[in-house]
Amino acid sequence: MNPLAAIGRATLALLGTTGAVVAFALQAVLAGFGGRIYWRQLGRQILEMGYFSLPVVGLTAIFTGMVLALQSYTGFSRFEAQNAIPTIVVLSMTRELGPVLAGLMVAGRVGAAIAAELGTMRVTEQIDALTTLATDPLRYLVFPRLLAGTLMLPLLVIVADIIGVMGGWLVSVYKLGFGPIEYINRTFEFLETQDVVSGLVKAAVFGFIVTLMGCYQGYRSKGGAQGVGMATTRAVVSASILILIANYFVTELFFAR
Amino acid sequence: MPETAPNTTAAPAPAATLAPAKIEVRGLSKRFGTNRVLEGLDLDVPAGRSLVVIGGSGTGKSVLIKSILGIVKPDAGSIRVDGTELVGAPRRTLDEARKKFGMLFQGAALFDSLPVWENVAFGLLARRLVDRRTARERAIATLAKVGLGPEAADLYPAELSGGMQKRVGLARAIAAEPEILFFDEPTTGLDPIMADVINELVRRLVRELGATALSITHDMASVRKIADRVAMLYGGKIIWEGPVERLDDSGNPFVDQFVHGRAEGPIRVGIQRIG
Repeated sequence: MNPLAAIGRATLALLGTTGAVVAFALQAVLAGFGGRIYWRQLGRQILEMGYFSLPVVGLTAIFTGMVLALQSYTGFSRFEAQNAIPTIVVLSMTRELGPVLAGLMVAGRVGAAIAAELGTMRVTEQIDALTTLATDPLRYLVFPRLLAGTLMLPLLVIVADIIGVMGGWLVSVYKLGFGPIEYINRTFEFLETQDVVSGLVKAAVFGFIVTLMGCYQGYRSKGGAQGVGMATTRAVVSASILILIANYFVTELFFAR
Repeated sequence: MPETAPNTTAAPAPAATLAPAKIEVRGLSKRFGTNRVLEGLDLDVPAGRSLVVIGGSGTGKSVLIKSILGIVKPDAGSIRVDGTELVGAPRRTLDEARKKFGMLFQGAALFDSLPVWENVAFGLLARRLVDRRTARERAIATLAKVGLGPEAADLYPAELSGGMQKRVGLARAIAAEPEILFFDEPTTGLDPIMADVINELVRRLVRELGATALSITHDMASVRKIADRVAMLYGGKIIWEGPVERLDDSGNPFVDQFVHGRAEGPIRVGIQRIG
């Protein structure tokens, strides 16, 4: 096969998909703001994505905080800089690991569920049925999910930040010999509002990405059970990759200031 | 209100002279990739009558219905409902037209996250015609029409048998008392007795509502039960159309072969393309 043609084909496919995803997102957002908001649907999604994601996000956060404290002790004790550990833990959690790990966990948990649910609704004609019942599926199914994801992930990340810092505190106090009060004081000593805010902005972006990928892949799935399976895989993989890419750009955005 | 469908024993006459066309399809074409499904299809569905489109699997029967419902966008052609053009029409026009429609999907397509009563009342609630309490009462009343008791109202679709799901789907289709009912393979996947029950229900509900009905099926028992008129879809076009009484002496070899279910005949079954 002609290698240039292969590159061209891949590029066209990528651009085509990007365009389709952006168009889908715009349509859904316009449909959502352009009329009735389905509060019942929104509430259900908020509960599903926010509340029921708490255990998995909390577990991820506490172990991440604990590992952060141990690892930074290993490094920093070599040049007598153990005092920096609380700062390292809180900055890493709020700026980076809180949003990214919560985003990835939610991509696996929520993104997959959305793709599977909408995909099944597509192949069993439930989405067509909505249309015949005077209901815009973008407004009824997609928009509440996008909104819930964008609103809930920042809240989850606040929880993850707090639990992560607690993990670092536990290890530092019970294993590394820090004073409990001293650790807390040092945590807040160099912490700035922007550290937390940048993490929350990331979280909102990631929440949108995860739900958008789940909705897009599910909405467009076809071909029965196999198609739904493929949609689920694609939703998780594409959301995870996009989270890591978007993570860099949001970081740069805040870094420049 | 269009005249109600007469008994099938009434002397057949050309539909066009009996009642104006409720649905008028002209030159409808649709292809998926290189696969031409519909090629310039013409069809009139007379008001207050039940028209059944027959045809083999994969001949585009579903595409025809979904084009009228506005779920599939046709490549070319015209679809008029009560004289209003739907192809390329703005969203508002489509939404208005859809208020006249009720549709029973092949697999019932019930919303499995909602209990039965919310499924039935979905269209009423979506259009904010009633509040939730009234919607529930209306749903239970509609369920009674399809032979389901109020105890079914709080079940979820996954708890129902196939026949019950079809009944709930039927109830959902008629809940808003539509002028036009669409049935996509109403008896598929049901045992012969349950199929007959559903056919009876379809027949009765269409008559009670005074609705126009467009169905697609390849179940000949169903055709004979629910049709006033029959149209046969083959090669992307309607190749025969007439009253159901003429089905057995249509004089059309394609219809003959289909009606009698013969492997030999003008319709060639592409074995290599199955699967």
